[in-house]
Parts: sequence; C-alpha cells; structure tokens
Amino acid sequence: MFKKSRIELRTSPHVRAADDVVTIMRNVVYALMPLVMFSIWLFGISALALTLTVTASCLVTERLINRAGRHDSTLGDWSAAITGLLLALTLPPGFPLWMGAVAGIVAIGLGKALFGGLGMNVFNPALVGRAFVQAAFPVAITTWAPSMAMGRFSEFIPSTLTAPMMSPPAIDEWLGRVSVDGFSGATPLGLQKFDQIETSAMELMTGMVSGSAGETSAILILACGLYLAFRRMLDWRIPLWIMAGTVFTSGVFYLIDPVSYPDPLFMLLSGGLMLGAWFMASDMVGSPVTPVGVVVYGLLIGFLTVMIRLFGGLSEGVMYAILLGNAATPLIEQLTQPRVFGQQRPSQQKETE
Amino acid sequence: MIMGLLDFFAHGTFQHGIHPAYQKGETSCLPIRRLPFPGRLVLPLDQHIGKPATALVKKGQEIVRGEPIAAADGFMSVPIHAPATGRVRAIELMDTSRGPKALSIVIDVYESASQEVLWTTPRDMDALSPGQIIEAIQQTGMVGMGGAAFPSHVKLTIPEDQNVDTLVVNGCECEPYLSCDHRVMLEYTEDLIRGVQYAMRATQTEVAVIGIEDNKMDAVEAIRKLLPADGNILVKAVRTKYPQGSEKMLIKATLGREVPAGGLPSHIGVVVNNVGTLAALGRLLPAGEGMTERVVTIAGPGVEQPGNYLVPIGTTLGFVLDQVGYQGTQHEFILGGPMMGTSVSSLDTPITKGTSGILLLNEPDIENETRRIWPCIKCARCVDACPMHLNPSMLGQLAAKREYETMADEYHLNDCFECGCCSYVCPSSIPLVQYFRIAKAVNREMAA
Repeated sequence: MFKKSRIELRTSPHVRAADDVVTIMRNVVYALMPLVMFSIWLFGISALALTLTVTASCLVTERLINRAGRHDSTLGDWSAAITGLLLALTLPPGFPLWMGAVAGIVAIGLGKALFGGLGMNVFNPALVGRAFVQAAFPVAITTWAPSMAMGRFSEFIPSTLTAPMMSPPAIDEWLGRVSVDGFSGATPLGLQKFDQIETSAMELMTGMVSGSAGETSAILILACGLYLAFRRMLDWRIPLWIMAGTVFTSGVFYLIDPVSYPDPLFMLLSGGLMLGAWFMASDMVGSPVTPVGVVVYGLLIGFLTVMIRLFGGLSEGVMYAILLGNAATPLIEQLTQPRVFGQQRPSQQKETE
Repeated sequence: MIMGLLDFFAHGTFQHGIHPAYQKGETSCLPIRRLPFPGRLVLPLDQHIGKPATALVKKGQEIVRGEPIAAADGFMSVPIHAPATGRVRAIELMDTSRGPKALSIVIDVYESASQEVLWTTPRDMDALSPGQIIEAIQQTGMVGMGGAAFPSHVKLTIPEDQNVDTLVVNGCECEPYLSCDHRVMLEYTEDLIRGVQYAMRATQTEVAVIGIEDNKMDAVEAIRKLLPADGNILVKAVRTKYPQGSEKMLIKATLGREVPAGGLPSHIGVVVNNVGTLAALGRLLPAGEGMTERVVTIAGPGVEQPGNYLVPIGTTLGFVLDQVGYQGTQHEFILGGPMMGTSVSSLDTPITKGTSGILLLNEPDIENETRRIWPCIKCARCVDACPMHLNPSMLGQLAAKREYETMADEYHLNDCFECGCCSYVCPSSIPLVQYFRIAKAVNREMAA
C-alpha cells in the first residue's frame, strides 16, 4: 500500500540556513585574495614567495596536529588557510622565508591548536604568530622594502632567501640599486613618529607606500571588508567601532596639540589599522557575541591602538591592541549579557519591589 | 532612552528573529478542499494538553458523526466527538505524534453512510453569560489549533485576580510552508469575526486586535471589509518574520507590551487565541457541534498535490499521503511546520486537533539537516536571531559541558521556547535547540 521508503526522524527545526562554516571561511579567503594580489603587484615575487611559504606552513602544521591528535583533517574548514594568508599580509615583504615558516608554525601550534582548535582559540592565531616573530626577530620584522621597486618580478629582495637559522643580510646595497629616490626604509607611521614626516591621505588610501605586504591600501581593504559585510559573513559593527575609537582618541590628542600629534585621518588610514579592524579584530572567534560587547571591544581596540602608537616604543600598535582586545573578550561578554525579553531592567525592579 | 528608540524602530514587530524561505505560495492560493473519509480513524484520548479524556463508548458500539465519544475529565480536559459515522473497532494503544503509544478509540467508518453531522444542539448565543460561553467552548472540545493543543476554554478563563483588557488574535502563521490559517481567514471570515466576538464576551475584553503578517494582505483586507461598525475589533498587519506568531512576540508587535519573563500574557492584561480556533468556534458554538475536523496544510517538496485540506480528526498520515501522492525514497514526515513541528516515524500516526500541517521533506532538505557539526566559532548569528534575547552561543557551550544548572540560573534557559532560530542560523550546524531540550529535561528531573 505504501511505497517503500526510508523515514528520517529528527528534532526541530527541520530546515537550516544555507551558510555553514565552510562557506563563510571560503568567502573570507576570497575576500583576502585581492589584498594578496595587490601585495604581490607592489612587492613582487618576494611577497608571492612569502605568502605561499607562510600559508603552506600553517596548513602543514594544522594537518600534522590533526594527525598527532588522531582527529579528522580540519583543513577543509579553510580556517588554517585564512590564518596563513592574514599572517603573510602582516609581515614585511622582504621577511626571510624561514622566519615566515616559523611564524606559521607558532600561529597554528600556539595560537590555535593549543587552545583546542577552531573556535576555541582566545587570540587571533595570525597575530599570535606575528607577535612571536616580532619578539624573536626584531630586526627582520622592521626592515621594510619599498613598493614598486624595479625588477621586483625578476629578483627577490635579498633578505627573502636567508638560509634557515641565519640572520638576514642588510639590504642597503639592494635598496640603493632598485629604490625610488629618497626611500628611508620606514613606514608612514615610522616616518611620522620618528621623523615627523607625514604621508598624505591620498597615498595611504591607494597604498603606494612602504609597509607590511598587505596592510598598505586602505581602499582595497575597505572594499574587501565590505564585500564580506554585505554577505553577512563579517560583523561590520566591529571595524566600525574600532575606526570610531581610533578617530575619537586620536582626535582628542590632535585637538590638544595639532603639531606633535598626527590627525585622525592619518591614524585611520596608516599602518595595519584597516587590515586589523576589518580582518583580524572581526575574527568571530576572538570577539564578543553580545551587541553591547561589540561596541566596547571595538572602542577599546581603537583606543589602545592610538595609545600604543603615540606613547609606546613601537610605531605600530594594532597588533597588540587586538590581542589585548581578544584577551578582554570573555570579561566584556560577561559584563554585557543582553537584557532578556520580558526581564525587567534594574531600575524597574526597584520600583516594583 | 536607547531602548525607547529601539522600540520605535521595532514598531509592528519584535527585535531579532529570522527570515526563512516561506514556501507558502503553492498552497496559499488554492481553496480548501475536503479529503475523503478514510476507512479507519484513530482518536488518541490525550490529544490536548491536560488530563486525557475518558472514553464514553465501548468496543462494537455504533456511533454517528458528531456524537461525543469521550468526556472531559475535569476542567483541564476536553471531550472528543466522533468524526465519522461508524463502529468502534477497539480502544487500544496506538502510535501518536507525541512519542509513546497512547490509549485511542479506533473507529471503522461505514463506507456508504451519509456523513452529515446529525448530532447538534443549536444554541442561542446571545442569551449566554460569559461563564456559560466558557462552558459551551469546553463542550465543543476545542483546543488551540496553532499547534499547542491547549484547551481553549482554559485559555479564555481569566484568573480572578487578573484583569484582561485586550484579546489578541493570532493570524501570523509564521511557520514556513503552512497556509491553513491564511485560507481560513479568507474563506471563513464571517465565522472568524463571530468567534472573536464570542471570545471577547467570554473574557469580557473591550478590544480585540487581529495580528496578521504582512505577506497576507489579502486576508487583512478580507477581514477589514466585514468588521462590525463598532470599531472594537482591529486588524493590524505585522512584519513578516519568524517567530512573529509566538504569543510573546505578537503581543510585543501589536500592543508594544512585553510579557514578563516566566509570566503569562494575562499578567499584562492580554489573552491570545489563534484565528483557526476562533473561526472554528464561530461556526461550532451557535450550531452546537463538536470539533470533528480541521484544516491541515499538506505541503513539501515531495508532495504531488499540495494544498489545504479539511481532514477528519483521527485520519492517519498514511491515508492522507496516499490521497495527495508523494515521491522520493527518503522522507521526513513532519506534523506541524518545519521550525517547530515533530517528525514522526510511523505512517499510522493520526492527525489530531493540534496538527496544523503535514510537511514532507525529502533528500535535499534531509542532507542539509545532517551537515557536519563544526565547533562554535562565536559568529553571534544565534545571538542576533534569538527573539528572547538569550545568548544561545554561551548556552550551547555550557550544554556541551553539561552545566545545565548554570544555564538555567545565569543564562535564562527557561525563557527559551524552542522556536529554533538559533539552530536555523548556526553555520556550525550545532543542534542548539536539542541541547536546550535535554538541559531542560535534566533540570526538571533534578528538581523532581
């Protein structure tokens, strides 16, 4: 009487939204691709080699840890690839490849796997890797190459091919050969902080400046970030509040003393702020889930970035600001639990008591 | 101040919620059709919330359509009426959608009998007092037809110490696929308005607001055209969003009032009823008949002739599906909608008073449901979806650690009404609602 068929028995809800983790992560990779391409165009084959090395290092580390823990492969969730790409984008383009590989191992090993893998990490893994190499190789990570150098597609930056466990050679001779006039080997933030030379907003927006591989073009980062935000795969509130926090904090200092402090627009567009705000601080795992928490988290990172940039020993502050923001996330979440529907606000509770 | 501003923007709706694919088009445009009487009916004695009814008939007894065959056992119970003329085959344990087998009256329907309702005792409704209306409602055996199957007369009885000023009528039908309430509003409009008036008299409320999602503007217009001139009944279009049809969300959307956590609508002066229930009451009360059939949406990708059908209570799932036809080799049979309905394993499961839909999902949906579960990536989509403003992400992590008490004490687990929004949006496919059901069950057991 009845057709032969298999009957499934499940609990509600019986339908699901289309997006899953893999779709989201894959789209983040898509969104990062233009940034990677742009960095390769700016810095040539050195940037390409660095991106490939760091990403491969992340993937291999992830797979080895899967195997050691006898787990199924988690490469399919794309998150290790994202960590690799992001990490590569935060490093100077001439960064020695072996150091890049170390950064990748630390990012996945210490930043992610140690905490229990995807979703469990407290800190953004890419930034953990970046912080490690910042401490371990202070010279290499502050050796900047100029963008648009001559012969960048035929010749590596000399430091790129440093043998493992060796310090990179000085690149002065190479710089002299390829460089555009007047390149001082400093980023716009460094120029501003140590030499009081301000780079124009236009140059910062388009990204024709020196800096880490992928943190140079504010416009491109914004476009890629907005793509993700429109696909609802990135919480636009986080970068928005970070930018607001940065503008507000630096605005206060600028109003106090416009001569010695940079203007808010410069703060917003320079260094890793845009990349950090759109692609690292907005990393879902390390940011709060509560709506109010997102605001606090964003403002905190913006504030810390400006404080570190202005008063710290480093010219760049986004990385540590985000790591501190990540660390504060559990506390922020605890303090900003949403008001449950139908629950009385404390003020009302007093009235009724 | 900020909350006030948010309330302003949330006018005509509530905050959060989701927009699943509604899939109502293929059934909502078709008129209600009657399904033939099956050869056998199965009527569980506890197809409502409360105490099961007590059987009035014996094995072998002949019964006529509309005759009471089971009586209410106390106030928290409703009678059951024979949906067809026939003979009682047995009173035994049968499959039900609730899980365990339940004592049911099984009827062999006479094939050639005229299925006219013969058992009626017409009432003069104008002469009845509020208390008598409540009594009459219990005699019809009416329960909430939206799915909960809560006895209607209990719902319309306002506790002595509470004051109710508004009757909210729920015409949202926010569950995807379902369109039976939509068709009822279009086709039984006069019955509905009469039912609303009876309910207003029973609860002594001055105002009634019919809340309808704005994807059913034809229903809004149809009702507005027939409203009485006194202006006590209002029709309000609310935004189309799931779970708009949840009591608390609908009250928020229509009146701007918030039911306190752990409280009932009557605490803020509101009583809520479903349009299907009131339309049925509007017809049954004056005629003095019992509830013997209901409109059921039969839909889903595997169904050959989807639509809204008038089905005798007690018809089995298998009979219904044979009538409408279905395809595929792998199925999920769901009684109710896809968000909150129950999937059943047996084609012998009967349609009961609370069954608003039969949904048949096949391979693509089932595959989508059985996706790999990833760890929580704290994307906060569930937090932004939860209409109760809970933190399902945190609740889910606590559930994984079996910290069920913390979930209830600190994260408001008991305010969750299992609408399924969090599970729906979760990109990690974490079965959050299922976790919460387990947590609640364990907490109940620990408390007992």
